[in-house]
Amino acid sequence: MLMLKRKTRGEAIFDFVNALGMALICFVTIYPIWYVLVNSFNDGTDAMRGGIYWWPRQFSLDNFAAVFRSEGIMMAMGVTVAKTLVGTVAHVFFTAMVAYAFSRRGLIGGKIYILIGTVTLFFGGGLIPTYLLIRDLHLLDNFLVYIIPVLFSFFDLIIFMTFFREIPEGLEEAARIDGANDWSIFLRIVLPVSMPVLATIALFHGVYQWNDYFTGMIYINNTDLQPIQTYLYRVVAESSSNQMMAAVPGGVTRSVTSQSIKLATMVVTTAPIVFVYPFLQKYFVKGMMIGSIKG
Amino acid sequence: MERKIAAGASELPSDREGRSRRWWRRLLQQRHLQTMALLGVAWMFIFNYIPMYGIIIAFKEYNIVDSIANSPWVGLDHFREFLQDDELGGVIRNTLGISFIKLLIGFPLPIVFALFLNELRSVRFKKTVQTISYLPHFLSWVILGGILATWLADVGIINNILMALGLISEPISYLAEPKYFWGIVITSDIWKELGWSAIIYLAAMASVSPEQYEAATMDGAGRFQKMFYVTLPNIRPTIAILFILAVSGVLNSNFDQILVLRNSLNESASNVIDIYVYQTGIQQGRFSYSTAVGLLKSVIALVLLLVANGVTKKLNNTSLF
Repeated sequence: MLMLKRKTRGEAIFDFVNALGMALICFVTIYPIWYVLVNSFNDGTDAMRGGIYWWPRQFSLDNFAAVFRSEGIMMAMGVTVAKTLVGTVAHVFFTAMVAYAFSRRGLIGGKIYILIGTVTLFFGGGLIPTYLLIRDLHLLDNFLVYIIPVLFSFFDLIIFMTFFREIPEGLEEAARIDGANDWSIFLRIVLPVSMPVLATIALFHGVYQWNDYFTGMIYINNTDLQPIQTYLYRVVAESSSNQMMAAVPGGVTRSVTSQSIKLATMVVTTAPIVFVYPFLQKYFVKGMMIGSIKG
Repeated sequence: MERKIAAGASELPSDREGRSRRWWRRLLQQRHLQTMALLGVAWMFIFNYIPMYGIIIAFKEYNIVDSIANSPWVGLDHFREFLQDDELGGVIRNTLGISFIKLLIGFPLPIVFALFLNELRSVRFKKTVQTISYLPHFLSWVILGGILATWLADVGIINNILMALGLISEPISYLAEPKYFWGIVITSDIWKELGWSAIIYLAAMASVSPEQYEAATMDGAGRFQKMFYVTLPNIRPTIAILFILAVSGVLNSNFDQILVLRNSLNESASNVIDIYVYQTGIQQGRFSYSTAVGLLKSVIALVLLLVANGVTKKLNNTSLF
């Protein structure tokens, strides 16, 4: 606004009401999460009386102690951390590698490869044919089921390709004259200058890996291999919270209830995402835009 | 240069030979690139195309013992069975009902939110609102299901407040009653995705030139008029494209969400087509039947995509392809 005219009364009222409305939306967004947070830091038995809205009434860390002592929960946490780290690195590397090759002009068969990929955006096999494939590949009850079937995404490839095509060709030419082959150009030149797009895809895939409960639910029977989200799903949806109490060995104090352990587990599961995402915000906003324009 | 000349000349046998040799040399030169590309193509072949081939079990009677190829053909039997199934009416009603209300309320709300957010004067406040409103998008539906279960429990905050206000005398088990299910699904979906869905609109708004607003101010337009006559027309192409995608997705209920929130008590309101495919396929092991239902759904979705694309192209001159 370059206008230097003073705000009219109507404008001022508009601004005030608008800001108030936005503040209200923020409150409505944050409060349900806050409610879970304060209740998880409250003594479990006391929390059953209800009425803890703003701050813990009887502050207690017992719920979290119980979560961290529970072997089942910790095991599931470990699976989640492992699948998120391995899955994200593998997905970003593999998809970027294919995207680099697809994005080179003069690649023999390049048009056909892209056509093959575009078809996958519109058609898929669906639940059962995919399930049968996973079974035939012996990926049932196998950690690799979290990694290999989502190693590649043509949608992410489009985002990578858009970015790779903007890299100045001179950079690559110089390396080629120095005798670098395509592998070393990809690894030493293309990847390092593509950090923003790598971070975007890594964030999207990382969040997917962290939050996905369905894979663990249909392909995994072995409870040692189930991620924390699947574990929580079984507790939340099948409301078998007694199972959660059973998972906590011996020294469960009286102050801990199945509900309070559930809340604490939810908080522990969500915390990493909440802490990481504001720092990556500028990347994913950009990535969303490339993705939406192309997709 | 050399290539251009060769292409212009009439093809002598020796030329053709030279061309093929050049082609092989080029292929050899890009062997590393080809390796990278073909790894991707191989992955797509296995994980995208083999399941597409697997769809043929919709027309067969697949069982665990026989392979896909060896199972006997049954034609359209599974489709016929689905169309005669007692649950069909409920499945269609739930799928379309939830989707249409989501389209009606959930689609315009992010646009309205983005319009008003765009009017905030303080850049810092605007950034803060954005950061907070994106947050729920990153929570999984399992976590959100847990939050909802806590809020809606008999001793949860909703019942506590309503009882304190004297609006109800007995706590209501919201998730156990079908009549509340659609409302819960739609509200929680809006809560989770409002801010995230607004990102694209905000980006489109950022590219509107300030001159347009200045001109409107000169003409005496107020804030609402500027939102309506300057901002909104500028983001119309974006709205059109997202609308096409939303329409083609009406058969896609949010599977992750509904799977978390459904239970045997609210089944009559929560049984949507994706849940039905999951139950018949994975839980009951009726592989062929479930695939047939899923295929029927995909075909209808593809038709919807084409229709929506055609209609917006006519009306708006914007289309996806």
